[in-house]
Amino acid sequence: MKQSQPQTSTNWELGPILRAMLRNKVGAILIALQIAITMTIIVNSVYIIVERNKDMQRDSGIDNENSFYLTSVGFGENFNVPNTVEEDLTMLRALPGVIDAIQTNAVPNSNSGWSMGLKTQSGVEHDAVGTAVYMVDDHGVNALDVEIIAGENFAPSDISLRTVGQVDWPNKTIITKAMAENLFPDINYADVVGKTVYINDIDPMVVVGIIDKLQAPWVNWSNVENVMLSPERQSFKGSRYFIRTEPGMRDTLMNQVEELLANSNNQRLIKGMRSIEETRERSYRGHTAMIKILTTVMVILTIVTALGIVGLASFSVNQRKKQIGTRRALGATQGTIIRYFMFENFLISSIGVLLGAVLTVILNVILVNAFGLDRLDWFYIPIGMLVLWLVGQAAVFGPAKKAANIPPALATRTV
Amino acid sequence: MFNYYIKLAFKSFKRNPILSLLMVTAIALGIGASMTTITVNYLMSANPIPHKSEQLFHIQVDSWDPNNPFNDDDDALPNQLTWTDATNLTHAKKALRQSAMSMSGAIIEPQGSESKPFEASIRLAYTDFFAMFDVPFLYGGPWDNNSDSNREQVVVLSKRTNESVFGGENSIGKDIVIAGRHFQVVGVIDTWEVMPKFYDVNNGPFNETEELFMPFSLKEDLELPNWGNNSCWKSPDGEGYAAFLRSECINTQMWVELPNAQAEADYLDFLNNYVRSQKELGRFPRPLHNRLNDVMEWMERQEVVEEDAKMMMWLSFMFLLVCLLNTIGLLLAKFTGKSSEIGLRLAVGASKADVFKQHIVETACIGLVGGVAGLGLTLVGLQGIKSLYGDFVDDLATLDASMIVVALVIALVSSIAAGLYPTWRACNISPASQLKNQ
Repeated sequence: MKQSQPQTSTNWELGPILRAMLRNKVGAILIALQIAITMTIIVNSVYIIVERNKDMQRDSGIDNENSFYLTSVGFGENFNVPNTVEEDLTMLRALPGVIDAIQTNAVPNSNSGWSMGLKTQSGVEHDAVGTAVYMVDDHGVNALDVEIIAGENFAPSDISLRTVGQVDWPNKTIITKAMAENLFPDINYADVVGKTVYINDIDPMVVVGIIDKLQAPWVNWSNVENVMLSPERQSFKGSRYFIRTEPGMRDTLMNQVEELLANSNNQRLIKGMRSIEETRERSYRGHTAMIKILTTVMVILTIVTALGIVGLASFSVNQRKKQIGTRRALGATQGTIIRYFMFENFLISSIGVLLGAVLTVILNVILVNAFGLDRLDWFYIPIGMLVLWLVGQAAVFGPAKKAANIPPALATRTV
Repeated sequence: MFNYYIKLAFKSFKRNPILSLLMVTAIALGIGASMTTITVNYLMSANPIPHKSEQLFHIQVDSWDPNNPFNDDDDALPNQLTWTDATNLTHAKKALRQSAMSMSGAIIEPQGSESKPFEASIRLAYTDFFAMFDVPFLYGGPWDNNSDSNREQVVVLSKRTNESVFGGENSIGKDIVIAGRHFQVVGVIDTWEVMPKFYDVNNGPFNETEELFMPFSLKEDLELPNWGNNSCWKSPDGEGYAAFLRSECINTQMWVELPNAQAEADYLDFLNNYVRSQKELGRFPRPLHNRLNDVMEWMERQEVVEEDAKMMMWLSFMFLLVCLLNTIGLLLAKFTGKSSEIGLRLAVGASKADVFKQHIVETACIGLVGGVAGLGLTLVGLQGIKSLYGDFVDDLATLDASMIVVALVIALVSSIAAGLYPTWRACNISPASQLKNQ
């Protein structure tokens, strides 16, 4: 600590500074408190921003840049869903630039979808693991841009047709690696291939394949990587198509596909066409907004605190003009004067950041309890302390420089 | 005297423009940040139907899985009802008014060549919905009880739907094709946006009102799709739409109007008896647990106010606190700088009370200017919120008169509070010590 070196060649003037501070306790306390609360807000905000950013950076599993989807809703009396879906998919898959297209009941990251529970043992009394369900045909793996890391894909003959209100399920499924590990924590995911899991408490499905990664529709769900694929097309009034294109072709194809589908059948309407990029942007809008708001708050708060320090320091320089002039006349260098104010600020800031460290932890505990945030990583606190020290030093430098420029002759004048 | 103090305050502003400007800016920023978040929280937690929010109740019954509660919360009850229970309870007519309701959608095919078919959202409800929630009508009115029981194809349109299908004219009695069927228009409602949309918070508490209203009983006949949230603990017994409707899946909301505490107690008894009779049929495997929630209780239970909004509000209060600490420090500096002036005033006969009043007026002036500037910043902040969150917050980010008053009061109270200590210090100056230096 610097306080313990008064005997070295540099005189830090700890004694005079402390005595001067004690004469204006309130001013020093106010600055220290401001620094403490500013640090509390900034460190917690930075932590929230980093956490939200991490969420947004997670891999969705699909090709975010080159995928889009839309819904075709039939309304005419003679509208035949399975035939239309077959025609549409044949047409879409043949389009130049389309890598693959599927019909699906839900879209990753879109915030709306189906969930089911899978069990490793049959019976109502056993616990289920929740999972999102995507109903896809044998093109699902390719269209969703996922990789089969164990087992195999669905065969065309596995695909059944789901009707409205249907209760039973196909006898095969593909699940994500995360789902496999949640269902069977004790064995290697690759060995889950061939296992039977139970849906609706008792209906068996055999796991035929494991895919690397695919996110559920709900981005804020804690088990966002619990996903199963079910080999089905759907005979619902509204059919959702998910289309993956070659890089750079998405926007052109979006226009083209909408027009083609709308014109191919006048007994339906096409709605809800959206790219995955836009969908993710919407699903994470709360996160993006929070990040921007917190950043703005942090910047403004730092400026307010810095200006407060500047204001009070300038004032104290003005108050002590005569004393400073006297010191200069008695041989104090400009450097000595600057150091005096810098060190004074350093002492006040030190009290502020120590208090700030305590308050930061308290606020974090409150946020953890009230809003379910994660516990703060320890290293945020020393970094926050260092930043606020620097802010204080930078803010006080201007007024200190001004003080150093006070001419010694001032001492001879009456103010 | 007061005017004189105000004049002195502005003189003092001019003498120390930078310090004064810093203080005004600090207060303005603090007020701007807190008012922005307070406004959003205030509108999110607003009472959507203040004149009868204590007479309207959302019903909850525990129809869930015998092995697992609806969620981890001890007190948890399913947040919706099964179609069967909502229908039975509505038909029992034990409340002053009652309606099962759910959300659906269908395609409207306007007659005439110029307008294309479009998809519309539907609120399925009983006729009591309109009287219970005081829905304003532009033309016509609700369908009657017979339409509910006879499953007549009648429809009430929103103002906007009436504009897009009938050009905004009085369309009562006209024919409209919805979901491939012919419906008769019986009413057109006026603009009706309840905020939050309390009657169905499961499907977005800040969503817009539906575009069509039709009898709930038609859901079964027309096999209308379920647009809202649907949760099941057990799969339907059998295939098809009818089996789905009669399953233990919950997808229906149920509201009743009970005018007084007696009616409320009676209704809860009725509800408990209903569940007991269902238990005899082998349903409701969990312990008897039913609840009536009035509008504000329901908003609270369903956590309508976003957590992010609450968190922002607390952070913005801390922000205001920093700004006030800043102001206290600056005021202290400013008043110390005026020591000799204060000493002079005291010496020529001003009492401490006079000096105190003078400086409180000065801080109040700073507070007021800061408050007004803060209101301007609040408008900027709310614009920012709108551009960050998109359309759905449009109605959540507007300043009303009461919020303006709140802003000015906060600005005034907090600046005066900030000024108390510096003012007290200022009027305790001993005149002699100050005059000596002159």
